[in-house]
Amino acid sequence: MEYFLELFLSGLTRGSIYALIALGYTMVYGIIQLINFAHGEIYMIGAFTALIAASVLTIMGWPTIAIFIVATIAAVVYSSAYGFTIEKIAYKPLRNAPRLSPLISAIGMSLFLQNYVLLAQTSDFLPFPQLIPDFEFMEPISHIFSTAELAIVLTTVIVMLLLTYFIKFTNMGKAMRATAQDKKMALLIGINVDMVISVTFIIGSALAALGGVLIANHIGQLNFYIGFIAGIKAFTAAVLGGIGSIPGAVLGALILGWTESFATGYISSDYEDVFAFALLVLILIFRPAGLLGRSETKKV
Amino acid sequence: MRKILSAIALSALMAVASVATAETLKIGVAGPHSGDLASYGIPATRAADLYAKEINANGGLLGMQIEIIKSDDVCKQEIAVNTANKLVSEKVAFVLGHICSGATKAALGTYKDAGIAVMSPSATNPALTKSGDYPNFFRTIAPDDAQAKLAVDFTTDKLNAKKIAVIHDKGDYGKGFAEFAKMFIEEGGKAEVVLFEGVTPGAVDYTAVVQKVKRSKANAVIFGGYHPEASKIITAMKKKKVDAFFVSDDGVKDDTFIKVAGEYSEGGYATGPKDNSSNDLYKKAHAAHEAAYSEKAGAFYTEAYSAMIAITEAIKAAGTTDYDKVTAVLKNQWVETPIGKIKFDERGDAIGAGFSVYQVQNGKYVEVK
Repeated sequence: MEYFLELFLSGLTRGSIYALIALGYTMVYGIIQLINFAHGEIYMIGAFTALIAASVLTIMGWPTIAIFIVATIAAVVYSSAYGFTIEKIAYKPLRNAPRLSPLISAIGMSLFLQNYVLLAQTSDFLPFPQLIPDFEFMEPISHIFSTAELAIVLTTVIVMLLLTYFIKFTNMGKAMRATAQDKKMALLIGINVDMVISVTFIIGSALAALGGVLIANHIGQLNFYIGFIAGIKAFTAAVLGGIGSIPGAVLGALILGWTESFATGYISSDYEDVFAFALLVLILIFRPAGLLGRSETKKV
Repeated sequence: MRKILSAIALSALMAVASVATAETLKIGVAGPHSGDLASYGIPATRAADLYAKEINANGGLLGMQIEIIKSDDVCKQEIAVNTANKLVSEKVAFVLGHICSGATKAALGTYKDAGIAVMSPSATNPALTKSGDYPNFFRTIAPDDAQAKLAVDFTTDKLNAKKIAVIHDKGDYGKGFAEFAKMFIEEGGKAEVVLFEGVTPGAVDYTAVVQKVKRSKANAVIFGGYHPEASKIITAMKKKKVDAFFVSDDGVKDDTFIKVAGEYSEGGYATGPKDNSSNDLYKKAHAAHEAAYSEKAGAFYTEAYSAMIAITEAIKAAGTTDYDKVTAVLKNQWVETPIGKIKFDERGDAIGAGFSVYQVQNGKYVEVK
């Protein structure tokens, strides 16, 4: 039973990691039907920014918790700026182009950012300092569930709730939903569609950066390539849950995390990815729009 | 064009032959001396030239001057046989080479039929010695499975682990190491393999597999792969309070592992090539290279230089170039070389060459004696 619990919690952590990244994927897709392949790179840039900020602040002798907060804010702001800029440079000019064009542009952006960080920073793995201190009360169970893991899971839950509130009940959220439904109509009723799209990219990038900081803090290392695999898994999670749906992304991510964790624990980690992607195929066969996705009826 | 070239090559060869009028003791050097893998073969030719020059300056071997006959196999199996035939027809006493495992294997049969012994400084494929097909084959480099053997012996004998979890990164290098480790644990019978698993490189965390290690009650984890995964695994093991030794391979014996895993890497073990740089012969061999070519020696230079010493010393001790007598000396007599004091086992692997176990102590890899 304890073993089951351990695997459950490890799957929960993993799922929450995927969820933080998947939320950005799914938001962008929901608004402009673009799979933003550069999203994983935003996550990586967030982690790098936090590392640089943390290194500088450590030299200045700040207390750990202050470093954590400032580094996170720096990562979020910097990554949001990246997300905003990428949209303006690589996607906006292609908004009326065939759907394949922005997709290729996104892949190009992803490669560009990877190589940019490779050249500007280093190809080596770098250690990431532990910024979240281990809480006393977590100590007895830290071998099952550590403070860093708790932080990831809690953040995911809070972010999901806030996002749902934001989209359901605020004016900006309403504008987003309107834009998602019909861009032209939204324009006609006076919604600033360009602004809505920019805000979506900023929020998505901010979440990715937050994920980057928490995850790097958890696993303690990073390099220029971490965004790729995390991005692919998060994308899978978003598709699994129904791309475009906020709760769907979280649900998909958790299911993916648990599948991998239990497959590793009870069968073999050799087949971790096999199970994860087999599950994806199965769900897409029976529910092509994903678990919580709405299948759109095409108007002819 | 080819014809002209080979004509020139032939006449050049004849010119060399006519100059060397007195009887010489010929040693063949085979390997890639041109093409994209030449950087692996050239250092061996330099080692042969430099050491032969030294011997010749001191009166030669068995009263004869050593003549180095080079033959290029471009690291290709189909060419290696021709290379071998050429050296056989030159009646060489011994062959230093070949460099690549595949080419070595292709050429060995030809030498075996001709009764010529071969010593490679670089062919690491385990089957070359283990298969027993080539009694004429020796090497001054440890085979691929040697570090797995060392890691297993260390884990079972020194660390007294009874239950071992073997984990790898699914790559050629890591999985190969892990499979050899598993085989040696099972053959040794001192411990059992309680877990054999591959992890996905680059995955966001390895807690699930670490929990599995904990449940298997393993006393030790042998990991085959590189440092990024190793540092994540050892960190997760320490954080999840898994009480097991961590033993890994050359891919982990890298300072980046210590830098990234930080305090969690303390006490971790890794095997790596023996550090020979304090050996006097090593210093001498490398000084000779730098004096002659004014650059640092390339890959396998040290092994090739050691092989030259082993070959010439064996011929000297045997007093003849007779195949049986020379190989008997190689197997029975220790010889001082840049890679340490070595002799050869029944199958032709060098005893005393190869790998050491290192442990992370106070943020540094320290050789475990």
